[in-house]
Amino acid sequence: MWRRAFGQAHGFRRVRRDWISQPDGQRSSAISTAVLMRSKAEANGKEDKETIEVTFITKEGDRKTIRVPVGMSMLEAAHENDIELEGACEGSLACSTCHVIVKDEKFYRMLKEPSDEENDMLDLAFGLTETSRLGCQVIAKPELNGMELALPAATRNFAVDGHVPKPH
Amino acid sequence: MKVLAMARRASRLGLRFPGRSRDLCTGSDDFGMPLHVCVVGSGPAGFYVAKKLLKRFDFARVDILERLPAPFGLVRSGVAPDHPETKVVINQFSRTAEDERCRFFGNVCLGTDVSLEELRKNYHVVVLAYGAESDHRLGIPGEDLEGVFSARQFVWWYNGHPDGKDLPINLNDVETAVVLGQGNVALDVARILLRSPSELSSTDIAEHAVKALRTSRIRKVYVVGRRGPVQAACTAKELREILGLKGVEIVINEADLQTTDCDLEELQSSRIHKRVFDLFCKSATFTKCAGRDKQLQFVFFRAPVSLLAAEDGIHVRGVHLQKTRLEGSHPRKLVGTGEFEELDCGLVLKSIGYKSLPVPDLPFDHKKGVVPNYFGRVRSSDATNETERGLYVAGWLKRGPTGIIGTNEVCAQEVVTSIEEDVNRAVVSNLKEVPGSVGLESILSEKNKRYITFEGWERLNETEMEKGAVKGKPREKIVGIDEALAIGLAKEKE
Repeated sequence: MWRRAFGQAHGFRRVRRDWISQPDGQRSSAISTAVLMRSKAEANGKEDKETIEVTFITKEGDRKTIRVPVGMSMLEAAHENDIELEGACEGSLACSTCHVIVKDEKFYRMLKEPSDEENDMLDLAFGLTETSRLGCQVIAKPELNGMELALPAATRNFAVDGHVPKPH
Repeated sequence: MKVLAMARRASRLGLRFPGRSRDLCTGSDDFGMPLHVCVVGSGPAGFYVAKKLLKRFDFARVDILERLPAPFGLVRSGVAPDHPETKVVINQFSRTAEDERCRFFGNVCLGTDVSLEELRKNYHVVVLAYGAESDHRLGIPGEDLEGVFSARQFVWWYNGHPDGKDLPINLNDVETAVVLGQGNVALDVARILLRSPSELSSTDIAEHAVKALRTSRIRKVYVVGRRGPVQAACTAKELREILGLKGVEIVINEADLQTTDCDLEELQSSRIHKRVFDLFCKSATFTKCAGRDKQLQFVFFRAPVSLLAAEDGIHVRGVHLQKTRLEGSHPRKLVGTGEFEELDCGLVLKSIGYKSLPVPDLPFDHKKGVVPNYFGRVRSSDATNETERGLYVAGWLKRGPTGIIGTNEVCAQEVVTSIEEDVNRAVVSNLKEVPGSVGLESILSEKNKRYITFEGWERLNETEMEKGAVKGKPREKIVGIDEALAIGLAKEKE
């Protein structure tokens, strides 16, 4: 079981069933929901070809509009379209590097409430805002067509003496 | 056409023409001279810097030095064994190391095998990202008694760090442990002491540690903080996990959960602290449950005054604490109340912060334990704004020992931006020829120093995973340096 997780560098689509059995059963399944949903659709015999339009605004302010299949996470969509969205833990809710800011509050409110585990990671996200979410937890659905997601701009945040301001 | 000419000129200088795509400037060695970079330290700080430099400059050649046989720093030796998902970032770091422009040099120590001066002569850019391998001291009597360790030493021990395996820790004759500090590392060490060994035996914990934990008699752990639950430095995920630990009763004094107006102000301005405080409040209402044979007690507003010796004068037997109080406002001051109490224990783990170590020829702020820097550019001294050409710091050595793995991504961006600015302004010039890897290899071969390549690490990695598979573990870490070197340095069969 563990070999697959820690073997050679592997592609993003690999199903992360490995993470389900945590020693204390505490953490909910850290499976990339997108992969599960897609597997379900495929299992039903129909391939879900419906896509929505999502615009990413990069750290430099460049806009990139892509089409995202319904059921795919924003993190996976970003990677498939060469958008520089970090995903250190590869969608297992163990980091905050895929932090995205939902530009329009209307779309933010359409998203499912973040779980405790996602909120725990958002606590630590750099440049957190009121409409911040983790990209690996935002799953494309038809109502989100036209959504804009901004990547937090890298600001000169670390002061001269090495002091790190407490994250908000 | 003018734009094309400018792009070509920029390319000759080895600069990427802003905003143009790759097809206008080749960015290759035909026009651009390589930018030779040496990154010292292969933890998250070093790897994020390497990754971003390789992305930013096609002509970058990055060598990553690591004093241990295995790479990845605290991801391998700091993250707890029961947090495997936090280690997934290793996949990304491996992809960076596998870039043909990147070379890993394991078993090479700055200071012993190569000096900072030599590195600066052989590379255009040197980035020091070797973290913090020492500890803040309490500076109180009894600190050197047996049974008193820093949390870092204990973490290195259970994580199979080569320098931690001989820790003289005795868990068989001890029933109570005191952890000083309430950050995430404090929670890690408390959790490893209290988690059932059978749960730990399927993780990548070091074999000698799980063996010792199986016969451990520790049933009670105190986690002691000088201030209150509003100021606790741990974060929600870790606190949530330890509060839900199977078979462990949580003890919190409800009186410690009273808040003042100042506390409420602090909570309102910090999302992290608010969620942590809410967790403490929720857990205090848990009633005593049957079947919990271990106890975790959070002790607030107690500062350690001295560590008490047993009758033999050698071993620790308790901690002498002074009750504290927060006074004043904006900012509040921590004061002693003149009231004291004692906690009996046979093991003390100090989790009060890591500290970086200086190396010769490196400006260093001994008080803060960091290298003085200006957005990652090393300052020649604390007093001046002059910076050392081509010398940078990243990670804990730059910021102090705080933050999570992801913090290094942002930090690395800042450092790489500084490097980019310096290349653009020709403060650092890749047009000036330096030996790069070739120079380093020559220095090492003169000393007969063999280094482990990334392929060597992959051999070591495979071996660890094979050994672990037999025991139902993700890996069995090879803790002995000699054994690790034997595998890592072995020549590939032709």
